[in-house]
Amino acid sequence: MTNDALKERPLCLSGKGVTKVFGSGDKATVAVDHVDFEFREGELISIVGESGSGKTTLSKMLLGLISVTEGEVFFQGKPRDISNRKKRLEYWKGIQAIFQDPFSSFNVFSKIDAVLLDCIRMRGGGHLSKEKKIEMMTEACGFVNLKYEELTNKYPFELSGGQMQRLMIARIFLLKPKILLADEPTSMIDACSRATILDMLMNLRDEIGMTIIFITHDIGLAYYISDSVYIMEHGKFVEKGTPDEVILTPQAEYTKRLISDVPKIHEPWDLSTV
Amino acid sequence: MKNTLKQVFHSGKFVAGFGILVFILLLMLIYPLFNPGNPLERIGVGTFAAPGTYVSVYDSISAEKEILRLSDADDKRLAQMMSMEDRVSMIAWFTAMDIDVTGLDMNDTDALLEMWRANYDDSARPAGMTKSKRNFYARLNNTINDASTAEALSVTEVDLATGEATDVGQIGKTDYVNINAVANVKTLPLGTDNFGRDVLKELVSACGTSLMIGVIAGIVATIIGLMLGLLAGYLGGVVDDIIMFVTNIFTVIPSFVLLILISYSLGQDQRGASTVAVVIGLTSWVWTTRSVRSQVISLRNRDHVNLSKLSGHSVMKIIMKDILPYIASYVVMAFILQVSSGILAEAQLSLLGLGPKTTEVPTLGLMMNWAMLYSAHLNGSWWAYFPVILTIALISFSLNLMNTGLDQVFNPTLRD
Amino acid sequence: MSKTILEVKDLTTKYITRFGEDVYAVDHVSLKIEEGKSLGIAGESGCGKSTLALSLMGYYFAPLHYTSGEIIIDGKNISGLDPDAVRKDILGTEVAYIPQAAMNALNPTRKIYKFIEDVVLAHQPKRNKKEIYEMAKSRFAELGLPVSALDKHAVELSGGMKQRVVIAISTILSPKVLIADEPSSALDVTSQKMVIKMLRDMMDRGFIKAMIFITHELPLLYNVTDDIMVMYAGQIVEQGSAKEMVFDPIHPYSRGLMQSILVPEEGTRDNKLAAIPGTPPNLKNPPKGCRFAARCKYAVPQCHFNAIPMIEAGDGRRFRCGHSIQNLREVYENDK
Repeated sequence: MTNDALKERPLCLSGKGVTKVFGSGDKATVAVDHVDFEFREGELISIVGESGSGKTTLSKMLLGLISVTEGEVFFQGKPRDISNRKKRLEYWKGIQAIFQDPFSSFNVFSKIDAVLLDCIRMRGGGHLSKEKKIEMMTEACGFVNLKYEELTNKYPFELSGGQMQRLMIARIFLLKPKILLADEPTSMIDACSRATILDMLMNLRDEIGMTIIFITHDIGLAYYISDSVYIMEHGKFVEKGTPDEVILTPQAEYTKRLISDVPKIHEPWDLSTV
Repeated sequence: MKNTLKQVFHSGKFVAGFGILVFILLLMLIYPLFNPGNPLERIGVGTFAAPGTYVSVYDSISAEKEILRLSDADDKRLAQMMSMEDRVSMIAWFTAMDIDVTGLDMNDTDALLEMWRANYDDSARPAGMTKSKRNFYARLNNTINDASTAEALSVTEVDLATGEATDVGQIGKTDYVNINAVANVKTLPLGTDNFGRDVLKELVSACGTSLMIGVIAGIVATIIGLMLGLLAGYLGGVVDDIIMFVTNIFTVIPSFVLLILISYSLGQDQRGASTVAVVIGLTSWVWTTRSVRSQVISLRNRDHVNLSKLSGHSVMKIIMKDILPYIASYVVMAFILQVSSGILAEAQLSLLGLGPKTTEVPTLGLMMNWAMLYSAHLNGSWWAYFPVILTIALISFSLNLMNTGLDQVFNPTLRD
Repeated sequence: MSKTILEVKDLTTKYITRFGEDVYAVDHVSLKIEEGKSLGIAGESGCGKSTLALSLMGYYFAPLHYTSGEIIIDGKNISGLDPDAVRKDILGTEVAYIPQAAMNALNPTRKIYKFIEDVVLAHQPKRNKKEIYEMAKSRFAELGLPVSALDKHAVELSGGMKQRVVIAISTILSPKVLIADEPSSALDVTSQKMVIKMLRDMMDRGFIKAMIFITHELPLLYNVTDDIMVMYAGQIVEQGSAKEMVFDPIHPYSRGLMQSILVPEEGTRDNKLAAIPGTPPNLKNPPKGCRFAARCKYAVPQCHFNAIPMIEAGDGRRFRCGHSIQNLREVYENDK
């Protein structure tokens, strides 16, 4: 997608002066510091930052899992209201997430079917017949190359990390949210499975036309998949733009250093700069 | 779940502790079948009858007799008749008469008697011995001589109306009755206590009551601790602050002092076994709350909880399905410890006289209390308190062993 | 030809599970490293690369057990030695090992120079403490570490600094071989670069004679080591110089790995990521034939049944595949 085409699309999720402060008084730490962003429909946005940069805190605020200390988040152009459970439920129909560690993302005590049935129920399919539900679950599993017959009555921990992450995608397939927030979905799985997961995410995006917010520390990966890249340092966005702008012609000192410190294969890796 | 149970029963420690507990429980269930009746029935009139088998004297007189001539019968009878005091007195007489007693063993009845028969002289006047003392020795000498001569005892029946006594039979020294022919024989494996109650029967019943107190106390403490811990940990914020404030207050007040004060203020009449159990439970939930809270805090930020939130689950459902199962093993372990400490707390309270009402049920603590009040420990009636101590120790030991076993199964860092 | 520092012949080691099953995590691995060279080991998690690193120390503890093969360091065979002898004579002087979380191994109540004393005194009990301190000081200076760190506690140092300090401590006696298992994966990119620079420095100054570097990050491996070896399911599947391995992999699995490389430089966005479906085989019961056959899109029926030998392709290049190089090159060309 070209930059101009993107700019004409309607806003999906945006924020003004979003801030999160943990603690208070002397012990207050500012995790996210007045960040502004504009994510458009169908866009794939990468938020790149190292550990401690506040990217996970920001993602939790976007998901509405923690409160925003200051500033405002806009969902589809209107101020987001998640003040009561009903409104939160409505919001979460529009935004869903995939987390970093597949092994801790599932409740080890509930079966895989329960996870998928939850999604059907959330989409208002609780009243459907059992056959219809199984058909939907089979379809979702098929989308991520898993076999529902093999998964039914199993527990998530019986799967490999890659399979679990695919199950997560199957969940998103059933939920069909407007926005998917993927918090380092591939950092805990192997290189070979990584490509599979990314492919599936891309297919899903094309299928249901959702916005993907991709949170990662891997700048190479962010460069490869994104429509726009936000670089985060100490709770602030130090640079944002198209991947080519940000990666090939970085402006901010931090971005320059980050890119120069990552080992590459065609360009020499200059060890003398540290 | 099945797997976990399998693992639990693979742990040697758990199985050992569980075995001891099951043994105690089985004993509690089976013993009353053989020995039914009220455990607090006072069968003895005196206090502290020693363990052993009691044969009705009345019944043995009317039982059919056999004559057995046993060569060592006289000696045994004498040995049984001569109390330790008698023996000491005999030695005292020898010493007073300046007879050399070196090498004489007081417990060797034969040697002692031989020396006595050789040396006793009722006309002797040892220096400084009073007349009454001399008479005592004469009586002692008669008893000893009587035991070895072939005399019989006559049995008289007294007519209550006229007061007339008629001889109905004689009991010779060689008369024996088969114990099976005696109508009334009572075995008291642990004797009787100060009120003349069968200690074993009482102990079995007390064991059950104490375990029940422990379990009720454990349930009360675990439920309170779990509820407060879950709420404080999951909801956080003001709720957490308030709950932790209360918990901290309870932490700094020694719970045993609190227990004593509550028990005392309830008064004797209000204190049934279950009341005491609830009171114990109410004072021991603090540590469960603290540790459940800290575990919940670390769980509530996990991704599976976030995922549940995103799936629109209610707080209640998240707590029940995403938090509780993760801490269930821990709660079970805490419960087992609470049961164990509940039993100990009851014993401590009762020892102080603040236990359950004394007239209704025996508990392990009450048995200790009674034994102590009637100085069982001073007059050598070990059977009134030692089995109780052993039982308390065994129950606590088995519960703690089970807890350690579970800890090893559930805590991966302790696994080998 | 320079001297061989580390030679491993047919090394096999296994884990014995709690249920008594044998899992051969390192299966007939042979390799050779010459003086001044470094070897990188790549592969996905569970392929046996970390087990190989542990096995190479010659120091085995349950559930890892030595089965067969030889480890020869500078002419000295250390395989099958008694664990106590290994600890006394091999670790620290012949081989040093740095795991990923090495920085967490520092006892927070002791100062850094104390750890160095421990290491030196364990091998040279007669050394004077002052002398050891001086030695540590000069080593730190040479490696570009602040000498003041010697008198600090571990908590006063940053993560990257701690990791570098641990590496300096474990190589204070100049071991011949350094085995680094993901030494920089837990660090941010800048600290990672500093760790790599220090490792390079140590090689250049001869503090270590050879290095084995294990990571799943291929661009890093490419920049750090001379040779790269790819492991799959306990076996070596391919080895060659870093450049050849990255730009011209022969084995279908290595090719898949190399195609998953994403770096922030021009051209990356034109790549097509290669997805390899499936999961590695269970090592409790490995397949008879090629271990990768089940996931390989070029597999032919024989691949599943015949054991595949390692093929030497000259210049230290070797691979384990049922197809010949020419065949593979042809199918790769057709794929494009």
